[in-house]
Amino acid sequence: MAAGNFEKYKSDGSLAGNALEWLDARFPATSMWKGHLSEYYAPKNFNFWYFFGSLALLVLVIQIVTGIFLVMHYKPDAALNANGVPIAFASVEYIMRDVSGGWLIRYMHSTGASAFFIVVYLHMFRGLLYGSYRKPRELTWLFGVGIFLCLMGEAFFGYLLPWGQMSFWGAQVIVNLFSAIPVIGPDLSIIIRGDFVVGDATLNRFFSFHVIAFPLVLIGLVAAHVLALHETGSNNPDGVEIKANKDANGIPLDGIPFHPYYTVKDIVGVIVFLMVFSAVMFWAPEGGGYFLETPNFYPADPLKTPPHIAPVWYFTPFYSILRAVTFPLFGIDAKFWGVVAMGASVVIFAFLPWLDRSPVKSIRYRGPIYKTLLTIFVICFFILGYLGTLSPSPMGELVSQICSVFYFGFFLAMPWWSRMDKFSPVPDRVTFK
Amino acid sequence: MKKFLIALLFAPVIAFASGGNVHLDKWPGSVGDKPALQNGAKLFVNYCLNCHGASYMRYKNLLDLGLTEQQVKENLMFTSDKIGELMRVAARSDEQKLWFGATPPDLTIIARARGEAGNAAAGADWLYTYLRSFYRDANRPTGWNNVVFENVGMPHILYGLQGQQVLNHETHKLELAVPGSMAPAEFDKAVSDLVGFMVWMGEPQQEFRRTLGWFVLAFLAVLFVVAYALKKEYWKDIH
Repeated sequence: MAAGNFEKYKSDGSLAGNALEWLDARFPATSMWKGHLSEYYAPKNFNFWYFFGSLALLVLVIQIVTGIFLVMHYKPDAALNANGVPIAFASVEYIMRDVSGGWLIRYMHSTGASAFFIVVYLHMFRGLLYGSYRKPRELTWLFGVGIFLCLMGEAFFGYLLPWGQMSFWGAQVIVNLFSAIPVIGPDLSIIIRGDFVVGDATLNRFFSFHVIAFPLVLIGLVAAHVLALHETGSNNPDGVEIKANKDANGIPLDGIPFHPYYTVKDIVGVIVFLMVFSAVMFWAPEGGGYFLETPNFYPADPLKTPPHIAPVWYFTPFYSILRAVTFPLFGIDAKFWGVVAMGASVVIFAFLPWLDRSPVKSIRYRGPIYKTLLTIFVICFFILGYLGTLSPSPMGELVSQICSVFYFGFFLAMPWWSRMDKFSPVPDRVTFK
Repeated sequence: MKKFLIALLFAPVIAFASGGNVHLDKWPGSVGDKPALQNGAKLFVNYCLNCHGASYMRYKNLLDLGLTEQQVKENLMFTSDKIGELMRVAARSDEQKLWFGATPPDLTIIARARGEAGNAAAGADWLYTYLRSFYRDANRPTGWNNVVFENVGMPHILYGLQGQQVLNHETHKLELAVPGSMAPAEFDKAVSDLVGFMVWMGEPQQEFRRTLGWFVLAFLAVLFVVAYALKKEYWKDIH
């Protein structure tokens, strides 16, 4: 099914036909079109959870296009203007007020950031439901984890740019974490900031990372993710390989061409998504104070620490894990181990293909152990996320420690518990209707 | 499977914490009330703009309140004569820092900044309560304190209108000791108008944004019907 084995286009003698034949002799137009769309066979039983891959791609495009327009008026400058306001902060308000349609573009971008994480989290959860990370799709999963890491970096750098109080102090807290690394830590955090405190140098380099470096890597990883997927073919809610049952022409019996079947289906998903997206963007662009944190409507003030520094909602589960580590180990500060735990909590997803030893892929044929543990895992993820938005408290600390232990236990004990479940027989063909 | 997913949906019932200890009165106004906003604009330029800037906002934007350029120029512009100018503060920030201990913050988006996680619109309630909660306190350099914002640097600018309140330390309630030029209900309305203006100024196009949302949603709804029919048409061959 992969691109490459398709016949070159032969002209029917018309002008358009001749042009296409000329093109196809010099560029893999036909083979790419057929290999990835019109003759890429996807399982016919995709359900609700399979919308979020194409939606993630849509949000990526929204972010890139709106970002291009924002950069036309945004100024990454921490110096104060004539009114005593940082130029970067004032330029965002300039976009919101004086640039025609600027408010719409800016809200699309800020809502898009949260939407990106929502669709990516749901996309990852789909992988957990149906074992999409299992052999032979390990590499697709690894590229996906890379995309997630890159997206976190992209969001972190982008959040500094409005140069509000939360931008500034959030960056201050996170960059300071690197100083907890023994020996190289303090110098490393200075290299990241480009200064002893978060300042103009930091703002400019974060701007550079946000608009050039990370988007480039992100697009590369997305291409690799899709190419790897199209090499193995898609998994499906039953977790059975459709390539195991082919007709006389070598086409999977349960496969249907991605185009037009999934293109028309995904358009429906896109419209529903855009309705939800628009409802937030037009009627609640602050996302209840979670998409746009209200302290960020104050310009950055290096002399005034806000009483409570909370990361944006999509980072809060990992932030909670960081805060849950409160004890030093091997003579190194608790903060360092918190950073290690936070990093591990993200990277551990990469090991799923090798941690999961169950004989079946899909949750449909797995037993109560997986269903229970996955439910608790998701609940823990939500609780950690909620606690991460709050100020530290003894109760919150204890709860986040319990949830963190479960979070890591879910992954680390998986090689054992994933084998023990009560499995039901997997059908040869996908179930449809 | 279905049950499992439904259980997942409802499992994390997250309660949102409410911030602050002081009870905030609900702001009774609305940003759609043009006469109230005009009155609020008048109060704002007369009482607030002397010390606080609104430096992301242009006088030109005041035309959206249903005023003519002539009206804005004659009644609302004291620091500039060009309608396209930003609403800058009259006083100098370094001098203000000397007088008040801190530079008074820019007020353009103060109503948004005062919102809370879980309730972004709470900024209006905060401002509405704060501006009505000043009381006499001989221990403060300005002679004023505030229930909502303890040891606030700002003196009670609207005291001529409200009068002077004192804090009854037994009931923890504010009592009007010296009446001002306005009756209490009249003053509440004036503050409500002023807060309305600040909410509007935080995002002058917000009413248009909400209206535009309906058109976009209506368009998407039509598009959905067509796209869904198209999907049905293609997929009827798949068994």
